[in-house]
Amino acid sequence: MSELTAFRTQAKAASPALSPLLPLEVRGLRLGFGGAPVLDGLDLRLGASGCTMVMGPNGAGKSLLLKLLHGLMAPDAGSLSWNGSPPGQATVRQALVFQKPVLLRRSVIANMDFVVRARGVDPARRDHLLQEVGLAHKARQPARQLSGGEAQRLALARALLTDPEVLLLDEPTASLDPASVLVIERIVAAARDRGTRIIFVTHDIGQARRMADDVVFLHRGRVAEHSRASAFFPTPSSAAARDYLNGKIVV
Amino acid sequence: MLTSRFLTSSALVLGLTGGAMAQDTSILVQSTTSTANSGLYDHLLPLFTEKTGIQVNVVAVGTGQAIQNAQNCDADVLLVHAKPAEEKFVAEGYGTQRTDLMYNDFVVVGPEADPAGVTGMTDAEAALAKIAEAGALFASRGDDSGTHKKELALWQAAGVDPATGSGDWYRETGSGMGATLNAGIGMGGYVLTDRATWISFDNKQDYTIAVEGDTDMFNQYGVIPVNPEKCPEVKIEAAQDFADWLVSAEGQAAIADYTIDGQQLFFPNAPQS
Amino acid sequence: MHTFTEAFSLALALILTGGSDLYQIVGLSLQVSLGATLVACALGLPLGALVAIARFRGRNLLLIVMNALMGLPPVVVGLLVYLQLSRSGPLGFLGLLYTPTAMVIAQTILITPIIAALSRQVLEDLHGEYAEQFRSLCLRPAQVMGALLWDGRHALLTVGLAGFGRAVAEVGAVMIVGGNIDHLTRVMTTAIALETSKGDLPLALALGLVLLGLALVINGAVQALRPAAQRPVHV
Repeated sequence: MSELTAFRTQAKAASPALSPLLPLEVRGLRLGFGGAPVLDGLDLRLGASGCTMVMGPNGAGKSLLLKLLHGLMAPDAGSLSWNGSPPGQATVRQALVFQKPVLLRRSVIANMDFVVRARGVDPARRDHLLQEVGLAHKARQPARQLSGGEAQRLALARALLTDPEVLLLDEPTASLDPASVLVIERIVAAARDRGTRIIFVTHDIGQARRMADDVVFLHRGRVAEHSRASAFFPTPSSAAARDYLNGKIVV
Repeated sequence: MLTSRFLTSSALVLGLTGGAMAQDTSILVQSTTSTANSGLYDHLLPLFTEKTGIQVNVVAVGTGQAIQNAQNCDADVLLVHAKPAEEKFVAEGYGTQRTDLMYNDFVVVGPEADPAGVTGMTDAEAALAKIAEAGALFASRGDDSGTHKKELALWQAAGVDPATGSGDWYRETGSGMGATLNAGIGMGGYVLTDRATWISFDNKQDYTIAVEGDTDMFNQYGVIPVNPEKCPEVKIEAAQDFADWLVSAEGQAAIADYTIDGQQLFFPNAPQS
Repeated sequence: MHTFTEAFSLALALILTGGSDLYQIVGLSLQVSLGATLVACALGLPLGALVAIARFRGRNLLLIVMNALMGLPPVVVGLLVYLQLSRSGPLGFLGLLYTPTAMVIAQTILITPIIAALSRQVLEDLHGEYAEQFRSLCLRPAQVMGALLWDGRHALLTVGLAGFGRAVAEVGAVMIVGGNIDHLTRVMTTAIALETSKGDLPLALALGLVLLGLALVINGAVQALRPAAQRPVHV
């Protein structure tokens, strides 16, 4: 882990001109697909460090928000700024882990090597990450034959290869068994401890409790509540978040 | 641009640069099909190559296409059987000179049933007129070949315009002699063919020669070296060697020697000096 | 129809007793059509990959043209190449007419649209699965194309076989630009056409069976080379 920190230091030293990506400023974000807008004037400000858990009922716009933050989509209206940079310019300094891992039809290590080559990463980092996610012994296996948990760990290791300043996770553990969930959470927590900014979408309230520094609760395309974790779980301030935490369906 | 990339890459793939045509000792003959399909070249060419070291490559197509290809300079020697077209070829400067090489004759072949009742006739014009009158099926080359030109001349002499029966009793296959024989036999129609192709043809079924022996069905083959003044890349010396050998006593004897089942296919008649 | 049984025993006899002529013809067929397939893949696969990922004005028109060119008649291709390579044509000075190289060129033109159009479809489907991940990784278009071509390699092998099948089976183009010259440019299909025109239908059919057997062997060999571990397991 200390070696990984060493890589980070090198990477930072290599690009001294870059200012940090955080804070994030989102104002009046709007996006729809013909009918009612999915995001309807969303405002959000995220600070420099920690793990932000994004929660909310289905259709609240969580996944869409992640793609907008990552620069994979453009909003209909509103502004989105990573400390002055538009999302498209920030993409390369971030990584996104999808709910369904998208793995190449190659071996585990070839999936890593693809990014190593494409993005000019130190190959030693690849070996450390495979160790960290517990896949070093499966390096030569076809990635598409991994179990669901293993596949998502590989996707996470691949996302961490480029040492992203911001790691976006879109329900990465939604269909995994509890043991795999804990492994993923441990790796994400370790990344946060090394200084990576985490933005983590989840439906799993227990996971949110374990991971959150702060919680953003989305409802009907807006931020219904943004609170410290220590306040959100015992005393949610919005009625929607309260109903959600009590297991009542909120639409 | 694209084409040159094709060229370079395919040459790389195959390790070919120009192929065998680039050899000085090979010439290209544009030939009528009958001489090739009957196996005459398989008999003649080894003799010539052994004597001179010149490799002869034969492209066998209809006489019309052979002349066209030679006019495009894609030949060193032309060997076909349509005297008027050959003389025009020379007159327009594409050939150095035309020499009679050999002959055989055309025959009309027909099915055993003989729907037009022409079997045994020796008058080609009368037989064709009878076929037209009976409306019996007739398969024509329809491809501007030497055989096709001869057939059209015979129809004209018979006073019949077969075009009026086109698609009805007169079927133009637009293909080579063998393909036309296959088609004609398949539909039970009469076919005009050169005797060499017929003798060597393997798919005769119940067909036999119905009409033969008319002097109008005489089939003369000629040989013409392509003129280097029109086509600078012609290997005129080798081409002339080949033409000279064919009409020499030795070449003529070799032609006469070629038989299938004891039947002579071509009769040499080059003017001997 | 005793022609069939005759053809079968003749085909067997041809293969067993062979004779250098048959092997030469088979060898040239393979050389020409495999050569054309390789060149067509080198041109068609990148083109297919490019069109699969690129969005530009006129793309739909290009797709229609590419798909239509799959139906290019071999004899038309042969004629076009003949006019270029003829000694009186613009490329006549190369002296390529009536050579195996000319046959490779004609077959390459014939099957490049097939390789391009079919690979475009295969790679576009694959790209639908990968596109967001690739954009997240900020890949350059060339890197995307490379990744698609490599990951689609098994489906693309079938595309290549389709191209090879078309090339090795066509007669119209090689007849015109090759000339069916004995011991120089005679391949399986032109030999079959020749024997048919000689009326030797059993021999023609027997050669056809040999060609079919050749296609079976090649497809079987490719199938055997394909690793068993290439089934999609997790989605």
